Amino acid sequence: MYQSFQKIIETEKSTGKSFWQIIRDDDCKEMDITPEEAFRKMEKMYEAMRSADASYDPSLSSASGLVGGDGAKVASARREGTLLCGSFLGLVMEKAIKMGESNACMRRIVAAPTAGSCGVLPAVFLSLEEEKHFPVEEMVKALYVSAGIGGIISQRASVSGAAGGCQAEIGAASAMAAGGVAFLLGGDGEAIAHASAMAMKNLLGLACDPVAGLVEVPCVKRNVIGAVNALTSADLANAGIRSKIPPDEVFDAMRNVGRMLPDDLKETGKGGLAATPTGIAFKANLETF
Amino acid sequence: MNSFDIIGPVMVGPSSSHTAGAAKIGNIARKLLGTPVQDADIYFHGSFLATGKGHGTDKALIAGLLGFPVDDSRIADSFRYAREAGMQYHMSGLDLGEVHPNSVKMILTGTGGQKMEIVAASVGGGAVRVTELNGLPASFSGDYPTLVVSNLDQPGHVTEITSMLSHKSINIATMQLYRSSKGGHAVIVLECDQEIPESSIRWLAHLEGILNVIYLPGAA
Repeated sequence: MYQSFQKIIETEKSTGKSFWQIIRDDDCKEMDITPEEAFRKMEKMYEAMRSADASYDPSLSSASGLVGGDGAKVASARREGTLLCGSFLGLVMEKAIKMGESNACMRRIVAAPTAGSCGVLPAVFLSLEEEKHFPVEEMVKALYVSAGIGGIISQRASVSGAAGGCQAEIGAASAMAAGGVAFLLGGDGEAIAHASAMAMKNLLGLACDPVAGLVEVPCVKRNVIGAVNALTSADLANAGIRSKIPPDEVFDAMRNVGRMLPDDLKETGKGGLAATPTGIAFKANLETF
Repeated sequence: MNSFDIIGPVMVGPSSSHTAGAAKIGNIARKLLGTPVQDADIYFHGSFLATGKGHGTDKALIAGLLGFPVDDSRIADSFRYAREAGMQYHMSGLDLGEVHPNSVKMILTGTGGQKMEIVAASVGGGAVRVTELNGLPASFSGDYPTLVVSNLDQPGHVTEITSMLSHKSINIATMQLYRSSKGGHAVIVLECDQEIPESSIRWLAHLEGILNVIYLPGAA
């Protein structure tokens, strides 16, 4: 996979290929499959996201009892028209929460890039598809753009909360989604890179501080901010705004921030929200073997 | 690395290491045992012990022992399926010492009465590693066709195995040798790039000095 936006943008200029094609062709080489096979494989991921979204069950709650049913609350507020953010952003919020809850309740999801951040991409892409009626092929291309960005992040920094904090999970998902949206809005490699970088800059340093060490609090609700942040960042990039720090440097900064974060804030369940009196009490009440 | 390491896998949540990885460990153990599991004694260590219940590690492991893949919706109800299949299990915590925090030890009995002891770890992103098999160290991921041969520690067994593989045009990816003591019980673990034919495994099992042969087909 590509290690820098710069290299992808250069390839885009020298070959005339689009960002998503460059990533797909790289996959074909790596996996020894045809472009059609690669495309179908990614389409299956999109379809798996769609069926995960459709199979949300508001009656479920997680093993700890901390998570469940909130997706239905957003849905009914949206139907009643009481959400300040409006119907479209409301839909994004609803889908993000639902997917995070489905994951915590042991439903089938698509890790993107991780299970804890699995709500960000589907919330953004499925909502956009519904709102703007993009053909499915465009959504699959956008997923390829997101995958390419995730590849850059995993090589320059990390896509694991244990290694880089939540910026490497919700942050990475948000940066991936932002680039995909910039593509759907007609942006080139430059716009994609900057949308992605601006999304990451907003979430740099985000602690991974799960209560009782579970992928529940605050993970589920953070999918909402990851999704909404992706949309605002893509809008900024599409309006012509650029990150003053070049995108590749932003992700190098992300790596450094991840290294500087103390272990207590990297998925150990020891610091941050996990270390609050309420967080500690939840942990004490947790069943064990 | 490719795009599907970033977007994917499709899995049952909530955690790639504590849920998907546990299901994968269960699947590998079942395949190594060679028959359905009749009885399982399961010992969780470290983070598996501390947060396993909340992550559904127990359900995922049982699902894996039943042969359910990591994206199987039945994982959440695996205890019920185990009861229906007549599979007994017992779970507890145990300090396994200096091992990966996401480790589990299992003592399994197959429906044919055979026993197997295995220690495995979920090492991140759904990837796993078997670290001990029947009391001897090992190190394999289950992603490749894997051959585990127990034999008497005497000259010639490595050559027998590698010439058979060479004859079948099978390339060796990794190879490990362990023994309990000089002249005692030894284990050879080979990860290969191609599947090994059943007839070759049967041939190997009948050689003098070979005590047991376990074959784990590669992940599809």
